[in-house]
This record gives sequence, structure tokens and C-alpha cells, in this order.
Amino acid sequence: MSRYVVGRIGQALLVLWAAFTLSFILLQAMPGDAVLIKFLNPEFGLSADQIREIRAAYAIDSGLLVQYANTFANFLQGDFGYSMQAGVPVSAQLATNLPPTLKLAGLGFLAATILAVFIAFLSTMAPFAWLKNLIQSLPSLFISVPVFWLAIMLIQIFSFRLKLVSVINPGPWESVVLPVATLAVPIAAPLAQILIRNIDEIRTRPFVPVARAKGASEIGILWRHVARNAILPVLTIAGVLFGELLAGAVVTETVFGLNGIGGLTEKAVSNQDLSVLQAVVVISAAAFVTINLAVDLAYPLLDPRLRTRNGATA
Amino acid sequence: MTTADTFSDLDTGKRSKRAGTSRSLASILLNFPYGLALAWLVIATVLLWTLVPGLFTAYDPLQGVPGGQLKAPSAAHLLGTDSLGRDLFSRIVHGAVHSLSGAIAAVGVGLVVGTGLGLFAGSVRGRVDEIIMRFVDVLLSIPTLLLSLSIIILLGFGTINAAIAVGATAIAGFARLMRSEVVRVRNAEFVEAAFGSGGTFGKVLWRHILPNSLTSVVAYTAVQFGWAILQISTLGFLGYGAPPPTPEWGLLIAEGRNYLATAWWLTAAPGLVVVAVVLSANRISQSIGKTNGRSA
Repeated sequence: MSRYVVGRIGQALLVLWAAFTLSFILLQAMPGDAVLIKFLNPEFGLSADQIREIRAAYAIDSGLLVQYANTFANFLQGDFGYSMQAGVPVSAQLATNLPPTLKLAGLGFLAATILAVFIAFLSTMAPFAWLKNLIQSLPSLFISVPVFWLAIMLIQIFSFRLKLVSVINPGPWESVVLPVATLAVPIAAPLAQILIRNIDEIRTRPFVPVARAKGASEIGILWRHVARNAILPVLTIAGVLFGELLAGAVVTETVFGLNGIGGLTEKAVSNQDLSVLQAVVVISAAAFVTINLAVDLAYPLLDPRLRTRNGATA
Repeated sequence: MTTADTFSDLDTGKRSKRAGTSRSLASILLNFPYGLALAWLVIATVLLWTLVPGLFTAYDPLQGVPGGQLKAPSAAHLLGTDSLGRDLFSRIVHGAVHSLSGAIAAVGVGLVVGTGLGLFAGSVRGRVDEIIMRFVDVLLSIPTLLLSLSIIILLGFGTINAAIAVGATAIAGFARLMRSEVVRVRNAEFVEAAFGSGGTFGKVLWRHILPNSLTSVVAYTAVQFGWAILQISTLGFLGYGAPPPTPEWGLLIAEGRNYLATAWWLTAAPGLVVVAVVLSANRISQSIGKTNGRSA
């Protein structure tokens, strides 16, 4: 058991280190040069000597291996370098931009979970086959909608047509509701799909007719017996959902003009601000690896069936 | 895999169930997979848009009509006109070639590199397999949009670069699928028999392993195609894809954004086209996967 845990953690660290290396190779081999883009701008009126000094200060001209070792050591200490465009430490930028994104992602995830559970339960409760099919095809529709377009359509419908949500000087509630709705749709789709599949599968298990024979109501069976078994496997797609949340945040924050990690990422790409993008890539890879590790390690604890089997072998 | 295959499969299933001729007509009408047929129709139409756009619209996608700006949809302009007086329907039709070729190139990159890696890893096994699959894990650990953006920042903006960036995110999925297929087929008895009767590795691979893993790869390719269209339109919308005069779908939506209050059709129409194409690709992929499951 503990050997498995140590091995699993080692594997996660290895993947994380490789992700850092890959991002370093991708982002340092770049032909463009953020320093030149910013400081060759005639507005600064810098001489060639001054530019050379700036380059030396950023240690851009030292060998790739030296840079790699430096960057790696700095990342380990939580120092992600300087943003070329903003001229402030990347870690400071991340610190100011993280809370709004966490709020957006948290609310979006909550809304997505409610939506997904709603869809899954509706599809099992649907009295007609055609209605069931219709509800079950909702997730594939959700997956096929471009997130940025959905955001624009929501603004179009709720702000411009129905005038329910004001775009100019929005209140605290109004500024959040549309971005959260936008983010919820692509997250709800895979959640609902896996829930529907699990519920359908578990309803064929023998313990369901047993519960029914004992006189349990359909809703009682669904809630007490089926849902408890169907929700656990959702954990296995937690990592994928995290990626979706992040991608959704980039697009949503761009469309709604919100400050956050997503908007920061979008600006970093437009300005070729490498250190910012690399920090975002490495941190999100770390989050992904951590989530998957946590799910793998927590799964036996949450599922008593796995625990007894593990206990027997350990 | 053609339309005929999918339909003939369904036809045989029905004949075994019901014998009467009068009832079979009704049951064909009832059980006809309208959704699937519609999906093929959408894909066929969009393919025709890329091949012969002139057949569908007479308007120039790049040349606007002076004085005809921001006209609402009408008989003359099916989907209205944009801020420069260009016909929107014409721009969508002519834009199909950019969005579709981008998606095909992206899926091509993922398919060739991914299945290549998976095939190699699954065939040689051992240490090389381990290293390749760890590399795939690393690719998977970076969220897809961030991986695309890293490649975009490396290669620069543009249609081809966006396609490569999207294709790179598809590599990991294809590699995993192909490897699992190779491992599955390798352990089958008929493959052992093929080795036993003196087949060389390359021959067995070509004659037995590849054809047997084809269906799931084709189904996965169709899903990835829809996904690639979504991703390319996203990159286009963010301004990292084709440059402005190009009528790429994502860019059309981005351009229409400034006229939300006055000209809703500029954003609604291209988005609906993207949704229709992606839905169709997913539906077709599903049907391929299902026939595969039934025959296996």
C-alpha cells in the first residue's frame, strides 16, 4: 500500500518535471524575443548598449542549460521571473489574478454540477422514450457549442434583447451570472454524460429490483441506491474537467473582459510574454497532476469495496 | 465507411424483426435515422461549400457593396451584410474552406503522429513503450488550450500554425487509443496463429493488427474533427488564426461582436454553422462506434 503511494507520487513528480522541461523547450526555443519586442519600441529611445544591459539583466544570452537550471531552481522557490510586458514579477500578477478566476471557476463548477445532476435525473425520470432521447442528447449539444459564441449569445439574449442583465455598470450579481452560465455549459456536458451512463448501468444491477421488491419508491431507489454508486466514478474525470475549466476561463474572461488567469494568459500570448505563459502552463500542469494523484489516492478511501480489497492485499 | 454501410446495417436488423411488407414501410419511416442522415447532409453540404462555393452564392466574400452595410437578413442577402457591406452568407460559404482545411490538417497531424507513436509503442513494448507513454502523459497533463497557445506563441499566428497547434493537442489521444488497440489485437489468438505460421512482424502488423484497429480509430478521428473545428474557431476568435480579411468562422464571430446591439445575425449565424458541423461530426462518430461495437 505505502509502496504504491510512494511510487504514484514519484510518477507524478516525474510527469511534472517533464512538463516543466517541455514548456521550457517550447517557450525558450522561440524565434521572437520579448525583450526586443518591448524595448526596441522607439518610444523608449534606448540605445543598443542599454538594450544589451537589459538583456544581461534578464540573463537571456547565457547558455540554454544555464538558463534551464536557473529557471528550474527559481520555479521550485515560487519565483516565476518577470513579466516583460508589465514589468512586475509574474508571481505578483498571478496572486492578483488568481482570486477572481477561482471565484469564477468555483461558481461555474457548482452551476455545472447542478445542471448535470438535473439533466441526468430528468433523463432517468423521463416518462417517454422520445423525451429521454431528447434530454440525453443535451450533453452532446453542449459539447458542440463554441464557448466564446455561447458567451456572446448570452450577452445578446439577456443583455440586449431581454435587458435582464445590464452590461453597463453591472451590479455584483449581474457581472457574475453570465460568465458563470457560460462556463457551466461545457463543464456540465461531460459530467452529465458520465452520470447518465453510470445511472443506466447501475439500474440494471440486482440490488435495484431487490430494493424495489422491498417497497422502495422509484425516487428513493434513485437517490439512495443508484446515485450514491453513480457519483463516485465522476471523480475519474476530475483532471479533464479542470482542463476544461481553465480553457473555459481563458475564453470567458476574454469575452467578458474580466481580470483573471484566463485574461492574463490571453494577453501573454498576444504580447509574446513568455514567462507569464510558462508560469501558467507549469502551474496548471502541477494542478492537473495533483488532482489526478489525489483522486487515485482518495478513491480507495471513498469506495469501501476497494478498501477491503486493498486491505486484503496490503 | 460510407452512408450505405451505416444504413444497410440498420436495414438488416429490421428485416429480421418484422416480415410484413405493409408494416415494414411504416417501420422504415419510423426507425429511419433522421438525425444521422441530417448529420451526413450537413457534412456533405459543408464539403460542397469548400469545393464549389460559387454554386451556393454569387456574392464576393471580400468585396463589400457601398451603401449596403449592416443590412438585416432578406431575400437578397440571406443572412444580411456586415459592417463593410459584405454578404454574410457568402462569407460563411467561402470561409468553410479555411475552417475545414484547418481542422483536416489538425486531425492529420494528430492522426499521423499519434497513431505512429501508439503503434510503435504498442509493437515494441518494453522500455521504449514506457518512455513514449510517459511522454504522452506529459502532453495530457498540460490543458489542451494552454498547449495550443504555447505552440502558437512559438510558431506565430496564422491558419497553418493554428492547425498545427490544435493537432498537437490531439496526438496524446490518438497515441493512447492506437496503443491500446495494438495491445488488444496482439493478444488475440489469430494474431498468434499468424506469427506461428511464419508471418514477419511487419506483415502481421499490416495484414492483421492495422485493419482490426481501424474502426475505432476512424470513429475517434470523426470526434476529433468536430473538436478541431471548435478549437480552430476558438483560436480564430482570439485572433491567433487566419488574419482579418479571411472569412474564417471564428473570426467572423469576433468581427460581428462589435455589432451585437444592431446586427445580431453577424454573430448568431456563423456560430450556428459551427454548432451544426460539430454536432454532425459527433453524431457520425457515434454511429461508427456503434456499428463497431455490434460487429465485434
